[in-house]
Amino acid sequence: MATAQATEVRAGAPARPSDGFRSLTTVISLFAPAVLILIVLVVIVTSLPAIKTFGAGFLTSTVWNPPKEQFGALPFIFGTVVTSFIALALALPIGIGVALFLAEQGLTGLRTTLGTGVELLAAIPSVVYGIWGLYILAPWLLLHVSQPLSEALGHIPFFAGPARQTNILIASVILSVMILPTLSSISREVIRAVPGGLREASVAMGATWWETVWKVILPAARTGIFGATILSLGRALGETMAVTMTIGNTPRIQASLLQPAYTLASVIANEFNEATGTLYPAALIELGLVLMLVTLVVNVLALLLVHRVSSEARI
Amino acid sequence: MNRNRRRQLANRISRVLMYLFAAIAILPLALVLIYVVIQGLPAFVHPEFFYNAERPEGIPGGGIANAFAGTLVMVAIASVLAIPIGIVSGVQLVEYGHGRVADGVRLACDVLVSIPSIVIGLFIYSLLVVAFHGQTGFFGALALAILMLPVVVRTTEAAIVLVPGALREAGLALGLPRWRVALQLILPAAVPGVVTGALLAVARAAGETAPLLLASLGNVFLTFNPGQRMSALPLIVYHDALTPYPDLVQTAWGAALVLVLLTLLVNVLSRLALRRQIRLAGRI
Repeated sequence: MATAQATEVRAGAPARPSDGFRSLTTVISLFAPAVLILIVLVVIVTSLPAIKTFGAGFLTSTVWNPPKEQFGALPFIFGTVVTSFIALALALPIGIGVALFLAEQGLTGLRTTLGTGVELLAAIPSVVYGIWGLYILAPWLLLHVSQPLSEALGHIPFFAGPARQTNILIASVILSVMILPTLSSISREVIRAVPGGLREASVAMGATWWETVWKVILPAARTGIFGATILSLGRALGETMAVTMTIGNTPRIQASLLQPAYTLASVIANEFNEATGTLYPAALIELGLVLMLVTLVVNVLALLLVHRVSSEARI
Repeated sequence: MNRNRRRQLANRISRVLMYLFAAIAILPLALVLIYVVIQGLPAFVHPEFFYNAERPEGIPGGGIANAFAGTLVMVAIASVLAIPIGIVSGVQLVEYGHGRVADGVRLACDVLVSIPSIVIGLFIYSLLVVAFHGQTGFFGALALAILMLPVVVRTTEAAIVLVPGALREAGLALGLPRWRVALQLILPAAVPGVVTGALLAVARAAGETAPLLLASLGNVFLTFNPGQRMSALPLIVYHDALTPYPDLVQTAWGAALVLVLLTLLVNVLSRLALRRQIRLAGRI
């Protein structure tokens, strides 16, 4: 019907900029923004009972005791933030190394292999990382990293033992693997967008490869790499399954990386289906609201940064 | 001279570090693939793994047919919902995408992609599961469709942008209406790229677990009816991996291997499609 209408309009005025086809496709394209707005609204509205009951104290309370209807978000915010930032710290040097490698000239075969490999890393489902982390990586890390660390450096709070098999460290390691593709592929684009003249000028002045990278390319690509980092942070914050399977799911705030913790996404995945009453599910949805708002802010910031870099590069 | 040597040394060390980091980046992929094959392959030995539904621990002959059916039905429904809307939206963004509305749509898609999938599960739960008093495969499919939509939109847009502008100008110069230029001239030239996007979205949906936990819940019985609760391959991996029973853990590894094989297959297909797109765009 709408197509027929489009033809009629066109028959009267060929190539008119505004036609039925345009209206129809515009309406359809508004689907994605509409869903987004609906998601935000529904999550806010359904967490209202919890927001009304707990107020701002929800965010600062450290107690999570569903049977006594005590709900505090801080242990989960702590776990989410700590694992995400450790993952970033682990992935950042490797991601930039990969991006530099991929943006290099020459070595085409090796580069294609690495690029494909890193892309496949992004394609593997989260739950597969979860089962691999739980059964393969966790025992290995416990035996070869966590236990020696806690024995040698146990007096430092960060490595206080006894080391546990599922802990902050392994969740962070898995997260770092999962955000590596985002980090390296965007950084590669940003590094490629650095004008070739800058690089050539540096090499012509007699700078070595490293000096060119460190003093010319990376400073020029700084904003974009920062954007890529924040975008990866957004991914890490919201990652659910792999973390749920490896972090140990204990709502506790303590310094040691070798002890279990809990994240916002994991507690929802774990407890939502068993949450009875009205307050318990509402509290979990409010955790989801916190998670959503944080990732929204982080991602819009990152998008603006990356967008600015790519529009600058186009000029 | 001495200074130069120091510079050369720094250069060489940093080059080595770059190669080392690149190798470290590829290591997890190799390890995950190797271990999933080693641990998952024994499950494939019994053919009933593929055609029987799940069974409780201790009872031999359990399989993943229920999860296979669930993934198939839910991803199919999600594709039917998300892919046409996504393609039309992508076409719109290229054909008329200069205004503020189009920028809003782009931003919305980028933001929608980044919303944690568990939050989409919460959304479906609060909106539909509560109202209809229970999870169904259809709700799971809706959640997956929301995850797929922005991927399809943005990849369709990217694929259509690759089509040379001369083709559009030629069509308009011949007096074709805008919609025929867009749908019969430009879109066919971008088909392989669009297919790539759709395949990537399907792969993303098939591997997604978190929203299904809340929206379709899982089902130990084999069903193709989306009006009932449905299991899915990632759900089986998650549930069975966390049980203490070796035979269920074996099922989880087997399902993980199936998932990985599916993902790799889709990835190879999308790569082939993309290569075709580049060749096609070169020919026009």
